Amino acid sequence: MTIELQAPPARTERLVDLFEYGLDAPICLTWELTYACNLSCTHCLSSSGRRDPRELSTEQAKAVIDELEAMQVFYVNIGGGEPTVRPDFWELLDYATEHHVGVKFSTNGVRITPQVAARLAANDYVDVQISLDGATAEVNDAVRGRGSYDMAMRAMANLAEAGMTNFKLSVVCTRHNIAQLDEFKQIADRYGAQLRLTRLRPSGRGADVWDDLHPLPHQQRELYDWLVANGDQVLTGDSFFHLSAFGEALPGLNLCGAGRVVCLIDPIGDVYACPFAIHDEFLAGNVLGTGGFAGVWRHSPLFLQLREPQQGGACSSCAFFDTCKGGCMAAKFFTGLPLDGPDPECVQGYGEALLAGVRGEVPRPSGDHSHRTAPAKRPVSVTISRRDDLARPPVSFCEESPLAGADLR
Amino acid sequence: MPTATVFDLDRAWDLHPQVSVRPEPFGALLYHFGTRKLSFLKDRGLLAVVQALATAPTARAACQDAGVGADDIPRYARALTVLARSSMLLERSPADDH
Repeated sequence: MTIELQAPPARTERLVDLFEYGLDAPICLTWELTYACNLSCTHCLSSSGRRDPRELSTEQAKAVIDELEAMQVFYVNIGGGEPTVRPDFWELLDYATEHHVGVKFSTNGVRITPQVAARLAANDYVDVQISLDGATAEVNDAVRGRGSYDMAMRAMANLAEAGMTNFKLSVVCTRHNIAQLDEFKQIADRYGAQLRLTRLRPSGRGADVWDDLHPLPHQQRELYDWLVANGDQVLTGDSFFHLSAFGEALPGLNLCGAGRVVCLIDPIGDVYACPFAIHDEFLAGNVLGTGGFAGVWRHSPLFLQLREPQQGGACSSCAFFDTCKGGCMAAKFFTGLPLDGPDPECVQGYGEALLAGVRGEVPRPSGDHSHRTAPAKRPVSVTISRRDDLARPPVSFCEESPLAGADLR
Repeated sequence: MPTATVFDLDRAWDLHPQVSVRPEPFGALLYHFGTRKLSFLKDRGLLAVVQALATAPTARAACQDAGVGADDIPRYARALTVLARSSMLLERSPADDH
């Protein structure tokens, strides 16, 4: 909500224009606490799975929270990996909320037992976001892994039972679940939760499945129409502003907030411009550096550069540039498109044409913490036979002759 | 939680105790930890009025303390009404000691 004086003085600008120059502290800070995860979602934007030995210690994480309190960062969005598998997760959660830093954390539900749910419901400064990418087990588990649908539903039931209201049900929109938007809404309503829809990005392992999972052009229209019809009841993290080029702008800032109002702290303390851009190109610094997080946010050359007014490039002549702003920086980067041109999913079709011309390697995410235990893709063929150069079978320990194996010639 | 549906300029007001204010170059951010709603004040003058509420006997006096001219007071009253409706502001007894 924006509190604006009516009949404002002539120099008043739109909020979005003011935000282009950045804020003294982020509004929306994502903090991934660990790369460890019990799941291996095919589209994981941080390529999570295994813990990184360099992850911030409890004391280092608390020092970050102290900084956030001093900077008046009202709340952080904690994710991972699966943040709740960090042994000190609950300790950090309490520490943050005691220091006036509200926490919204994303989880697949693995640790949301009835006892945990009761504890969460009792803390006003905590919000929970359960991830679910299919309104049916079939659609969800194909992306998030077998059993993950039941796990999320159980977590939501526990939260609802504990009296937690208005927690979030968070869905990444894919080709396979766009048709289920109404069902997602029903699930959220059933548990007293609020539905949150976000965009699939070609980041992390998402790059590997993007071609197969990103919504088709007619599904983007379906999604846009659904958002226009349900906009005030559904959260989007402002992630669909590229769809505004269908016509009426969607609610929200309609601005790429990277380095301006949002950023990411990754598990080892690296600060990136946004959660979808884990690549050296968007690495601004590390919270363990001399200036701490505040130093990175306020002085990193990358962030200062991102806070310059956005140039439209190839998009500046498009009638929809004012609301679409050329779409998502990370989506362009990881599909090999120039940053000052159209989004790969540009609804006017300009991205598709450009994508066809992308040659050679597209940038890969900087880190990969995926589990190494993925099943082998195909059977390994083995032939069992006797070596031709041996006159007799190899001797085994159970051979009784004392001269076994001796070549007596 | 009591919610003010009507804003009276001649009564004493204050920020809701669960609201934090963060000044920014363009004005300020307000965050309500109870409703988890974020609001933006697009004007430093409005920020000054909001900050003056706690110590002023009435909202009108807070406007005057912040240097708002008589002609501009109705505009500020409308902005404060929006804040009161979203529970960012609460009416307080004028005797409250701050």
